[in-house]
Amino acid sequence: MIFITAVCVMITVGVIAVVGYFFFKYQRRSPSEIGGSFHGGALLEATWIIVPTILAMAMFGWGAVVYVDFRHTPSDTLDISVIGKQWMWKIQQPNGIREINELHVPAGRNVKLVLASEDVIHDFFVPAFRTKMDVVPGHYNTMWFRPTKPGRYHFFCSQYCGTNHAVMGGWVTVMEPSDYAAWLASASGEASPVSTGERLFSEKACITCHVPDGSGHAPSLNGMYGRQVLLADGSRVTADDSYIRESILQPNAKIVAGYQALMPTYQGQLTEDEILALTTYIKSLQTQPVPPKGSGVAPATGNK
Amino acid sequence: MPREHYLNATYGIRSWLLTTDHKRIALLYLASVTFFFFVGGIFAAMIRIHLLTPNGLLVSPETYNKLFTMHGVAMIFFFLIPSIPAVIGNFLIPIMIGAKDLAFPKINLLSWYIYLAGGCFVLYSFSTGGLDTGWTFYTPLSSVYSNSAVTPAVIGIFINGFSSILTGLNFIVTIHTMRAPGMTWFRLPLFVWAHYAVSLVMILGTPVIAITLLLAGLERVFHLGFFNPALGGDPILFQHLFWFYSHPAVYIMILPAMGVISEIIPTFARKEIVGYGFIAGSSIAIAVIGFLVWAHHMFVTGESTYAALAFSFLSYLVAVPSAVKVFNWSATLYKGSISFDTPMLYALGFIGLFLIGGLTGLFLACLGLDIHIHDTYFVVAHFHYIMVGGAVMGYLGALHFWWPKITGRLYPEFLARIAALVLFIGFNLTFFPQFILGYLGMPRRYHNYPPEFQVLNVMSTAGASILAVGYLLPMVYLVWSMRYGKVAGPNPWPATGLEWTTDSPPLTENFRVTPEVTWEPYDFRNRPELGLQVGASLAPAHGDD
Repeated sequence: MIFITAVCVMITVGVIAVVGYFFFKYQRRSPSEIGGSFHGGALLEATWIIVPTILAMAMFGWGAVVYVDFRHTPSDTLDISVIGKQWMWKIQQPNGIREINELHVPAGRNVKLVLASEDVIHDFFVPAFRTKMDVVPGHYNTMWFRPTKPGRYHFFCSQYCGTNHAVMGGWVTVMEPSDYAAWLASASGEASPVSTGERLFSEKACITCHVPDGSGHAPSLNGMYGRQVLLADGSRVTADDSYIRESILQPNAKIVAGYQALMPTYQGQLTEDEILALTTYIKSLQTQPVPPKGSGVAPATGNK
Repeated sequence: MPREHYLNATYGIRSWLLTTDHKRIALLYLASVTFFFFVGGIFAAMIRIHLLTPNGLLVSPETYNKLFTMHGVAMIFFFLIPSIPAVIGNFLIPIMIGAKDLAFPKINLLSWYIYLAGGCFVLYSFSTGGLDTGWTFYTPLSSVYSNSAVTPAVIGIFINGFSSILTGLNFIVTIHTMRAPGMTWFRLPLFVWAHYAVSLVMILGTPVIAITLLLAGLERVFHLGFFNPALGGDPILFQHLFWFYSHPAVYIMILPAMGVISEIIPTFARKEIVGYGFIAGSSIAIAVIGFLVWAHHMFVTGESTYAALAFSFLSYLVAVPSAVKVFNWSATLYKGSISFDTPMLYALGFIGLFLIGGLTGLFLACLGLDIHIHDTYFVVAHFHYIMVGGAVMGYLGALHFWWPKITGRLYPEFLARIAALVLFIGFNLTFFPQFILGYLGMPRRYHNYPPEFQVLNVMSTAGASILAVGYLLPMVYLVWSMRYGKVAGPNPWPATGLEWTTDSPPLTENFRVTPEVTWEPYDFRNRPELGLQVGASLAPAHGDD
């Protein structure tokens, strides 16, 4: 930021100074006067092509480093789900506490937001954290940050989303970890998303095929989250939130190797909350051991 | 004034509405783009008044959303894109290359009617429910959720696209086939080079926006799933298609203005331009690389990191040819014989504002920084510096520079200089505070805002009222000068281009005899007929080269 600003201010001031100086120095002195002769030259042209190119590449490189870090979520995050809809934010803590237009997070911990939209594109923007991410219907986007200083910070919707776009905002409350723990304990939560997801998993009959020991028509989901899954076409995919979501809504998009395309779509039958709860439940199975047979998880020795 | 010219060659309303004279068609465009400029301007004024207070002063949220949407649609599709090409380019390109008209005069008239037809659909949308999708028409908001008159607006922009395509086609064929004897490619005025580049973008880019908006319209009316995820579509696909045109469209707006500046600066510095080949080449480079940067509007949509890296890199590359132009213009002033006539003031204003607009683009192209300032007022300020500070200043500079050629008369110079100054001050006061607002985190398209942003918003509105005066002044004195201005004569500045060798206003056929070009562009030294002399103190000791 400082580098770019400094370079840009220098260029602006430099060009304006040079132009201003020429204007002053070379004012027309008689109505019929012609200017002197100056054609520039290859060296001059080369200089003002090469120098800006180098400066631009430096800016690019620095911005790229920051961006790669922004897009690479660390593994030890506190995961909070955020659902945008016209024109409010529904937020759910890992233990099931729901908030509307309020987000409580502990200081000093990496926080990951899993973003989903029920209607149009929104954008979760926290100016004080210098970060934002679009909330796109039909996709999961994630963003992460590490709050450092307790306090209350504005968040906004920054992707225009219709009539009340401007009031679709709220506050992030960053708390000391002990205060956050106390807040979690004191607030009366509903069922945690994991238990909601577990309930849905049997209610929606997922469990009839996705049998945990791998003996069903569909692969066991134990230990799958975060690992590589081998697909029927020989390719591999990392089992992340987006993959699970896609598999629920468009089951035939990616078929696990060794299985038939039997699963019906759940498009339109689950709300975003329910999809998130199911995803969270499947995520919680991560700690279960992978069954030796009947799992989609690729062998650990496979190429990455 | 010459006894016979294109304005008095024939009389009556039919002679205008059925004309195939590129100069008359240019004036038809002038009237219609001016109309849309004032429509868009009134919306802008209401936006700025509304934002005087944190809770909004004037209108409901629905109305506010319609105001900024209709402001964008009117200004971009119906003023900025046609402004310089269809008005100034239409008038000048045939004269600049020594031709009688464009290659397809009837298609040229057809373009104007297509533009009008598109404009009617859009005005119908504005007056029956309005439009609240943002000029970007992002799906699924536009294709599913919006309750405003999206369909007629989309049809209007679809139709209007053909006007752009036909104009571009006409320019390219004309420039290739109708140059006068001696008018080689490297004797073409840089204004013509810029329009050649713009025509490429118009022809290659416009079909994409037309089909994209058509798809959004089909999804809205017939529920065909292209972009709506509930129907199996992808909303991000719309953004890719939309920006594939709409980023190059920025170059449709700015390249012609750059062409104008390349004409004005050598004329009022009275010397050859520095780096002719580099300026011409950079126009083409901008047009080509400009097609490869579209996804820099989408860094926070969740697009792949690799795509983001590639598009950021290419966005930095496209900045280089723009920088080359600015440096060459500045160097042209060196050893010049500079006057402060109104067009030169606009050119100087253009350089300053375009610098700020262009360099703040580097902030937005920077991946790490864009995460924060994307979709904030920083973006709003940036593109107004390019489009208003750049394209509109270029357009007004062009009008002032060629007004004597178009009408045969001069405007009141002192008043015009005052207006240029008022515009420059008003513009900066309006838009510079918006950079700060954006950096502090005020998102764009907000009908109300937290109270800490009020001071900067009030400054911006104050600037806008000064800016409005700056726009109204030229309206008044330019119209006044059409009747009462001093007679200009063929070459009042004087300037070196072919258009200044014929009458002001020109004959319907532009030239009495086909001109033959024997001089290099912007060469004042070997043109004794201009009546100028090399300043004694500035003449190089070793003689003329």
